Amino acid sequence: MSFIDVAFYLFASITVMAGMGVIVARNPVHAALFLVLAFCSAAGIWMLLEAEFLAIALVLVYVGAVMVLFLFVVMMLDINLVQLREGFWRWFPFGALLAGLMVFEMVWVLGSRQTSEVATAVVHGADYSNTKELGRLIYTDYVYPFEIAAVILLVAMVAAIALTLRRRAGVKSQNVADQVKVKKADRLRVVSMASEKKVASK
Amino acid sequence: MEWLEPIQKLLGPAWLPIWTIVKIALIIAPLLGAVAYLTLAERKVIGWMQIRIGPNRVGYYGLLQPLADGLKLFMKEIIVPSGANKFLFVIAPIMVLMPALAAWAVIPFNGEMVLANVNAGLLYVLAMTSLGVYGVIIAGWASNSKYAFLGSLRSAAQIVSYEIAMGFALVCVLMAAQSLNLGEIVRGQHGNYGMLNWYFIPLFPMFMVYLISGVAETNRAPFDVAEGESEIVAGFHVEYSGMAFALFFLGEYANMILIAFLTSIMFLGGWLSPVPFLPDSIMWMLAKAAFVLFLFLWFRATFPRYRYDQLMRLGWKVFIPVSIVWVVVVGAWMQTSYWVW
Repeated sequence: MSFIDVAFYLFASITVMAGMGVIVARNPVHAALFLVLAFCSAAGIWMLLEAEFLAIALVLVYVGAVMVLFLFVVMMLDINLVQLREGFWRWFPFGALLAGLMVFEMVWVLGSRQTSEVATAVVHGADYSNTKELGRLIYTDYVYPFEIAAVILLVAMVAAIALTLRRRAGVKSQNVADQVKVKKADRLRVVSMASEKKVASK
Repeated sequence: MEWLEPIQKLLGPAWLPIWTIVKIALIIAPLLGAVAYLTLAERKVIGWMQIRIGPNRVGYYGLLQPLADGLKLFMKEIIVPSGANKFLFVIAPIMVLMPALAAWAVIPFNGEMVLANVNAGLLYVLAMTSLGVYGVIIAGWASNSKYAFLGSLRSAAQIVSYEIAMGFALVCVLMAAQSLNLGEIVRGQHGNYGMLNWYFIPLFPMFMVYLISGVAETNRAPFDVAEGESEIVAGFHVEYSGMAFALFFLGEYANMILIAFLTSIMFLGGWLSPVPFLPDSIMWMLAKAAFVLFLFLWFRATFPRYRYDQLMRLGWKVFIPVSIVWVVVVGAWMQTSYWVW
């Protein structure tokens, strides 16, 4: 077994165990942290396939930004575990059916003859940069799908902001530009006055 | 490196891992030494700026002060609060230090000296520095303390917001250099005019954005609302003591040194000499990093802490628009013949 095989099985088993941890962990914060671990080891597997751009982008975007915000929200929630468990057995058959369907689909696709024939990764030379290749493809052949995806994301972002934007009355806010523009003459008045006489004490 | 060949033959296949570990040690050991003496430099520099003497009791001019501090922290007991989540409480300081050290793998010290010469070096650095926030969040949550929790929430919001501006500043650099490899970025700043060829001139607004976001990313004053000792005691590390506490500071100072090196690589020409008649060497790199570190200390001695809403405003309403506009400006500029870098 070569080093790459050892590394693959290590990353793969960590990914699977972390994935199990996400759904088994009692504490939602632990579940979120397991998800972070799953992302990191999935990035490791991509790195073994020499897809360094995707691997680093996964860590940068999902681990570095999305999951941070996720944790941020999960930590502030007051989750009642008993309430979450309610109706577990009622929904269990449905969930099991869904899981079985997904396993079947994956076995069907990954185990088919067409997949196993092309299942080895293409090996490139050391000077091959897949970041550059990816950039070239995105901005030439796939420019329309890429731009459309970007616009959809922008619409989602604007919608999210519009949904949460509330104008509340009676809230004090400051205008920073006005504050910066303030000159000494607007705020300070130097009064010249004659010095006072000492009051004779009793 | 001819003198290493006999050892290479002797070790055979074990040579590569052993030599890599030696190289890692050659980076980490001076780095930790620099961290120790940066704490002393900080106290001395701020002392002089405030017309004080600074530490001067332990060793000549206080030169042994970092060792004394380290020894003190070693001797202290590490107290785990009874309501804390023990595993996460212990792992949090490690999560702060780990990415701060891991990012050094791709930093080039001169033309040849780099541990891993990877094509996507800039992305790797960005990914590693974005992981540091986990230690802070986990520390705040696992401590089971109000102050620590507030500190970690502040820190998470701050780091996520400033990371965007930082990322766009780096996009400008990679557009100018047309490479993600840190070594190539420095070579792209090589030219006949010394420091006039460096990227801080065409990318000056990005240089400012990166430097200030760097201060914010490392939770340093005036952006240290995550600690905010006058408001929330010491923020995310209020429950930590002894070496666990020291690890947070090791991480913070290692991150400062990292940002200083990255600033000098991306905007100040790395190991390149500022004037054409002097040779390029690693000394320039260290001098530039030391200058940026001095700026960090200077900021701390000069500016009062930002209020939280002002800090968010600066990140979202000033830096992000400025950096997006500059991406467009650089893109257009590079299509004209006026782009001489």
